[in-house]
Parts: sequence; structure tokens; C-alpha cells
Amino acid sequence: MSAPTYDLGKLHGGLRLQGHKTTSTAAAIQHVPLPDVLVLPITQHVGDPAQPVVGIGEKVCKGQLLAQADGSLSAPVHASSSGTVVAIEPWPVARRLGENAPCIVIECDGEDRPMDNLEATPNFLELSPDALLDRILQGGIVGLGGAVFPTAQKLMQAVSCELDYLILNGVECEPYISCDDMLMREYAGEVLSGAQILLHALQIDVCYIAVESDKPIAIQCLVDEMAKLGDERIVLKQVPTIYPSGGEDQLVQLVANLEVPTSGLPSDVGCLVQNVGTASAIHDWIVNGEPLVSRITTVTGDGIANPMNVAARIGTPLAAIVAFAGGYTDNAKQLILGGPMTGKSVTTDRVPLVKATNCILVLSEPPAIGAEMPCIRCGNCADVCPIQLQPQQLFWHACADDESKLRLHGLTDCIECGCCDLVCPSHIPLTANFRTAKARFQELADEKARAERARSRFEARNARLEREQHERDSELAQQKTTAKRAGPAEIAEILKRSQKKQDDD
Amino acid sequence: MTAVMTIAGLALLAGLALSYAYRSLPAKSSDLVEQVNDLLPQTQCAQCGYPGCRPYAAAIVDSEVAINLCPPGGDETVRRLADLLGKDVLPLAEQRAESRSVAIIDEERCIGCTHCRTACPVDAIVGAHHLMHSVITAECTGCELCIAPCPVDCISLQDVA
Repeated sequence: MSAPTYDLGKLHGGLRLQGHKTTSTAAAIQHVPLPDVLVLPITQHVGDPAQPVVGIGEKVCKGQLLAQADGSLSAPVHASSSGTVVAIEPWPVARRLGENAPCIVIECDGEDRPMDNLEATPNFLELSPDALLDRILQGGIVGLGGAVFPTAQKLMQAVSCELDYLILNGVECEPYISCDDMLMREYAGEVLSGAQILLHALQIDVCYIAVESDKPIAIQCLVDEMAKLGDERIVLKQVPTIYPSGGEDQLVQLVANLEVPTSGLPSDVGCLVQNVGTASAIHDWIVNGEPLVSRITTVTGDGIANPMNVAARIGTPLAAIVAFAGGYTDNAKQLILGGPMTGKSVTTDRVPLVKATNCILVLSEPPAIGAEMPCIRCGNCADVCPIQLQPQQLFWHACADDESKLRLHGLTDCIECGCCDLVCPSHIPLTANFRTAKARFQELADEKARAERARSRFEARNARLEREQHERDSELAQQKTTAKRAGPAEIAEILKRSQKKQDDD
Repeated sequence: MTAVMTIAGLALLAGLALSYAYRSLPAKSSDLVEQVNDLLPQTQCAQCGYPGCRPYAAAIVDSEVAINLCPPGGDETVRRLADLLGKDVLPLAEQRAESRSVAIIDEERCIGCTHCRTACPVDAIVGAHHLMHSVITAECTGCELCIAPCPVDCISLQDVA
């Protein structure tokens, strides 16, 4: 029962990339010592920033709530260790937009003192599914695969649909990243327990754990744990090592053989995808009462002296983690958060580790690629596109800034995996173009919304002015008719009143 | 003979239907004004010489006024108007600032005269007589109409990121 199965759907395109994962998986997960200062951004998730609930100078314990979820899409932030809040100020962070973001800075006291009253529920079946979802919301748990979508909101959205499958994503298809691999090797029990919690919260009976074929040790660990657990609802599926099979929609296609509709969600076809790291974090929170305050991350690349996987507290500055991994080598040139395909490069290692950071990649000088040449319409990009888009056509329309054509050709479905860049014989940075075009869509939509708002306010104002004028006119007419009908006595009265008013002024 | 009658009858029916449609369905001109208005940035700044975006749209459609009189819309708007109306793309009559800006009142110096409040086309300035006024930044279109009426010159434009 617990041996991995292989019945899979078919994924279009994709690439077999060199993994570069063996160096970082040679040793067990190492624990980074507590840093002196922890820097916790209040936005570590997709959605609205969390609202700080602590003041400067306040003493906090490990796991204490620092900022609470605010708005319909948000996640709370907890203290990663005990210490004193010394500042709430902008700090360099790794985000897609903007360089500095408000952060809560904690000076650690080194005691790592936990909260007194941990709310642990080892027997999670006691909790109703709704109560479980609510608990997950409070744990600050977000999708740890890199998208950092607040998990509770994802689950709440999903339970409103008819669900068939829970899919745990252990497919770490991007080169260099190996944190989920190491997590499954060392914490397979936690992952499975997280899967059981999710199955209970969602009230469904099938969970597929998808793992790539290049992780035999992780698969073996999961198989062993599953044999111990004996839960027939959980099935292991081995998927081929093709980038980007770990993308959410791609994994649904592979594992459940269902296609997620354009601008739809996996829940539209009855699937819910969660990263294995998220499942393990849910276990830690529900069963042990520990909120998401640390994560496993891969420190690797040819710019790192001892590549390895580390468990570090959220908020640890990257410099401390890099130093722990032996520091930079002499040829270290670029620092990237995430993988080489979809990661974001940062300019300083003062940036803290956040919930999204699955990899700290330090690379030497990138190999020189040729200069950009005109598109020769070879169609290689269309062959590898996992969404079956026509990148060459999209590029054409992106150059012309033609929004309607771009939408028609499905730009909004592009997952920016970067496969088309790699195969382009003309070295056209296609993904960068698409990213710019998407940002432009947003800009245009904002502009349109602003114009619409200004127009409605302008029209409302004109209507108001007209109404006021009308009211004044009718009042004047009223007064005129009254004056006409008035006799001499009333006129004398009115004159007296107006004289008195003038005297008063 | 039957064939000729059938064809003639069909032609008559089609002719009647077309003439009915021509007479009773509304003319397209106001639709075109709306389409032009949709392309304008709705700042209501009157820099085109008309009291708002819709009057300018009406002027473009009805009296063939030039399409390059809208500085806030920029070259982009001129290009889209040219596309819609089948005209040539012209350079802007007056260049605009690169970034979006909003008015800001120096609240220390404001004397509460209400002149700017009256001038604002989108009611984005609040304040009572003899009391300090303030701009609702989220609603301000940066049209600059409030700057000239201010007797103490306490309004300036500020770029928004």
C-alpha cells in the first residue's frame, strides 16, 4: 500500500535541468545559533500587512504574537525568540516590489524563553474542522513553497468548493533548492501528521504526497513512516524530475490528471495543494503549540564555502546564516533568495530570513550569454512552455504594448518559470518582458480605476452644484411671490427687520 | 414571374426594415463622446480649455477640436484617441510631468478661505470657513485648479511614488 505509485497525468513541455543539489544534501540539517538581533517584517505573506501589537521596549517571549492579521487576506507574525523589541522601522527586505519594508526588530536575550501557556492539542481530532481552520489562522502559517499565501485563507476558500484530493507538494523542481528534500528525510512523521490534520480540517479522504524521482532517500523515509502510521488515506506518488512540475497547477495536472482552468484555482477541479513544509508547520502549531518561528532553508551555490541545509529562526539576518555555512568564497558575486529560475536577487545580506525564503543562493559570475538577437520564430519556447502558451507571440505583442492581444494569448496564465528564456537561441529575456507587461496591466487597471473614481466624483459634484442652484432659485422665487402678495403693513415689517439686521452687523 | 416577385418582395422588406432602423434607433454620436470620455484621464483639470473631461470629449466629437490638448493623459492618450477616431497622432500641445502628483496644503499657513475647496472639481478638499483645510490625497487628481485661487500660496504639488 505504502509503496510509491506512478499513475500520472501528462505535463506539457518543461525542462530537465541540472539539479546542483548533492552538495547541500550531503549532511544533516544544521541549526543556526540564535543571532543577536532578529528582524521580522510585518509583511511576510501575500496580502495586507499585519498590525504590530507590541510596543518599543516591550519584553517578548518566543512564540509571542508581535503583529496580528489585519484584513481579509493576512497572517500574523510571532517572535522567533525571547528578547526586547528595540525598533519598528523600515529595513531592507527581499520583496518583489520596493526595497525597504517596516520590520519589528528584537534584541535577543539569548534565553530563548518560550511562552508559559502553550496551547497544544496532541489529539487534534477533538477540534472541529472550523476550529482547526481558526487555529491555523492564528499560527501565522503561510505557504512555505515560496508563494507565502496565508494557509488558513487558502483552506477556507477551498472548503467552500467540493474537494476530492489534498496534494502535498514535495516536488522541489528548481535547481539548487533542497530544503523540502531534507525536511522529508528528517521530519517525515511531522509531514504525515500535518497531512492528517489537513484531511480532518478539510473533511476529505484522499491525500497524495508527490515527490520527485531524484529524492530516493526522502521517498524511503516517507514510505517507512507511512508503514508505521498505517493510514490508508495517504498515498505517495513519484513524479518525474522535470522543471516546473512543482508548480501548483502543473502538479495537479501530473498527480490528479486534471487541468486547472484559466485564471482558476486548483479548488475549481477539486484539489488543494500544500507544500510539505507547510504541513510540517501545521503539525508543529496544532500538536505542539509552536507557531511558525523557524524554517529549513538551503544555503548553497558556488559562492558558499560549506553548502548545507539549515534550520534558522525567521528574522535571522542572512549574513549570520551565510557565516554559519562557512561564509562566502572569493568568487561569490550574486546573492539570490529562492532558486536560480524564479528567485529574486538582493543587494545586501542585512536582509532577514523570512517565511518565504526556501533557499539562499550565492553564485559566482554568471556565464556570459550572447547578446540579445531578433526573434527567429523557431518555436522552441512554445515547445517547453508548461502552460502551452506561445511565448514568441506574447513577446511580439508585449513589444507592441498591446494589452488586448496579450490577454487573448493568455499572458495572465504565465507562471514566469523561465523555461522559454533558457531555450531561446536569440537569448531574448522573455520572462522579464512578460513580467514587465504584467506590471503594466496592473498600472493600467489602477489608472482606469482612478479615472473612474474621479469621474464619478466630478459628476456627483456637478449634480450637487446644480441642485444647490435650483434650491436657491426656488427660494428666491418663493420670496418674490411672498413680497408681491404682501400688504403695506407687512412690507414695513420686512423693512424694519432688514434695518435691524444691518444695525446688528 | 414568381421568382421576380419574391426577390422584389424581399428587397422591399429589407428596405423598410433599414429605413425604420435609420429613423428610430438613436444616433451614434453620444456613444462616441462616451468612448472618447472613457479614454480621457478624468482629472477634470480644464487644461484643455474645456470645463472637464466630458465637455472636451464632446468638443472633440462635435467640433473637431484637436486631440492633443490633454497634458495629464500624455502621449498615450493621444495615441489611443487617434486610434479610436482615425486621426493622426500629434505631439502633445503642452508637456506633462513624468510622475503622478497630488496637491498638498501647508496646514500651518492655511487661513481657511475655502477658495480651493470651491475650485476642486472632484470635492477632494475638506475644511470649514476660517478653519484649516486639507486635501484627501486618495481622491486628488493633481489637476492644479486649487493652486491659483489660494490667497496665501500654501498649496503645492507633490509627486506620489
